[in-house]
Amino acid sequence: MAERFTKSMARNIYLGGSTFFILLFLVLTFDTQSRAMPERDNRDQLTEEVVRGKHVWENNNCVGCHSLMGEGAYFAPELANVFDRRGAADSDVFKAYMNAWMNAMPTNVPGRRQMPQFNLTDQEINDLSSFLEWTSKIDDNGWPPNIEG
Amino acid sequence: MKYESQRVAMPYFIFALVLFAGQIVFGLVLGMQYVVGDFLFPEIPFNVARMVHTNLLIVWLLFGFMGATYYLVPEEAQTELYSPLLAWILFWVFAAAGTLTILGYLFVDYATLADITLNRLLPTMGREFLEQPTITKIGLALVFVGFIFNIMMTALKGRKTVVNIILITGLIGLAALWMFSFYNPSNLATDKYFWWFVIHLWVEGVWELIMGAILAFVLIKITGVDREVIEKWLYVIIAMALITGIIGTGHHYFWIGSPEYWLWLGSVFGALEPLPFFMMVLFAFTMINRRKRNHPNKVATLWAMGTAVMAFLGAGVWGFLHTLAPVNYYTHGSQITAAHGHMAFYGAYVMIVLTIISYAMPIMRGRPYGNSNTAQVVEMWGFWLMTIAMVFITLFLTGAGILQIWLQRIPESGEALSFMATQDAISLFYWARMIAGCFFMAGLVVYLGSFFIKGQASFDDEVHDGPALKDA
Repeated sequence: MAERFTKSMARNIYLGGSTFFILLFLVLTFDTQSRAMPERDNRDQLTEEVVRGKHVWENNNCVGCHSLMGEGAYFAPELANVFDRRGAADSDVFKAYMNAWMNAMPTNVPGRRQMPQFNLTDQEINDLSSFLEWTSKIDDNGWPPNIEG
Repeated sequence: MKYESQRVAMPYFIFALVLFAGQIVFGLVLGMQYVVGDFLFPEIPFNVARMVHTNLLIVWLLFGFMGATYYLVPEEAQTELYSPLLAWILFWVFAAAGTLTILGYLFVDYATLADITLNRLLPTMGREFLEQPTITKIGLALVFVGFIFNIMMTALKGRKTVVNIILITGLIGLAALWMFSFYNPSNLATDKYFWWFVIHLWVEGVWELIMGAILAFVLIKITGVDREVIEKWLYVIIAMALITGIIGTGHHYFWIGSPEYWLWLGSVFGALEPLPFFMMVLFAFTMINRRKRNHPNKVATLWAMGTAVMAFLGAGVWGFLHTLAPVNYYTHGSQITAAHGHMAFYGAYVMIVLTIISYAMPIMRGRPYGNSNTAQVVEMWGFWLMTIAMVFITLFLTGAGILQIWLQRIPESGEALSFMATQDAISLFYWARMIAGCFFMAGLVVYLGSFFIKGQASFDDEVHDGPALKDA
């Protein structure tokens, strides 16, 4: 670098630049959280059941194999749209499907990826289903591209 | 080694390498499970192996950063460490907490682990990379506080150098952002938004300050280039890192419920994020070209160049590949993400820790000019085997990802292949990745083996065309 570009100029770019962008990030975060997201994440439908369902999701480390809104592991299918894919976007159909699925695991087909048996109660499966249904209704800019996730 | 207390870095480095070996063993387990689905099932389900693989990575990199800090802060500040005893106590606390957590993952069912560690009082578990029981997270926060206190007290009583100031800024940022791991709102969209405050602002924010500072320190030592020049470069690199990386968080806010303006912000600033890594390549190569001495520890120089190049490829180029929103719409959560994650972590953070280990370990072991020529050649074999293996792991995962997108994401609903059918269709790439993974393991064995070769480089190996090493 040319000698006329001094160390103190470099330091000022670092301090000024990072301060400006930290402040901008805080402003954008405030806008995202207070104005934009309440209209997008259907928080008015965030029932007790959904909250309990999120804990079932977390306590069994589901994200260790599946992705949810594209984040997590990539070993098992995306689940943010499983309500549409397997439940035909109908609560009763989806809950019946989830009940059958969770109780049938693992398949024990030799050589195939296996989902463990988590021994969830009917209530827990119900809560988990509500959580996944709620998640499928977050406005996520139209992701994923198709039903397969 | 100028100060006796720097030696406390040694247990940190050794333990980091032990955990590194564990991480790779579980990486191989995961690679096998990708091709033979029921491998080790039900004893070690995929989610457990993955949690062990990723958490070991995070923990050993933190051990590496702490070791690097204990080594370089006293030397930069020109004073003994404030409290070597505190550093030793925190080593044992962190090592015990880390080991217990990993054993908990392996031997206790996760839901039971959540139950017995009272996760219900402050639920923080079950989120990617933040799977640790809440009690472990609290312990980690306390270790950070004690560690930063020790380092601050050391730095404040001695010479204030730019390397120290930037390293400590990065470490304080690391500790401060860790606090977001305790924030787990019931609203998944908000949870995800702030989860990235830990994940993204660590690896694409404050960790770059830590990496830059460690690289600058090693370059000062091995090249003998004037500190003023190196510090100027360091400021420019971290300025670029924060100017692009903070708003660059937006490339994670495309599809998780955040508003549409993040599509633009994330794309533009994400596309600029390779800049600091490109600067690091120029930095490392320019400084080494302008070196005032030929340091006899040649393998440390190789690691310093290697980390800059591989960080640029993995974090920079492979990050850019899928940072633009219209591309990310198809690549998000595919094997492309996995490909990027592997090379970025290896290039930027694994290799910077191995760089400082390569420079500092011989000195702490009483070999001030580096290991013997034989040991260095063996370590270089480890370098090339691991690095080339990682290039192939990344290429095979990228191939898997492109095919996955082609089969599963691009066709319309109804025509697209299902997730599992796609996985079957691309299994050849997973087999190839597995083979590359075995080569990585071989490289790691060779690398670790180099530590057991006796002898040291001598002062005479140095070519004098500038200030002698003794005066550095």
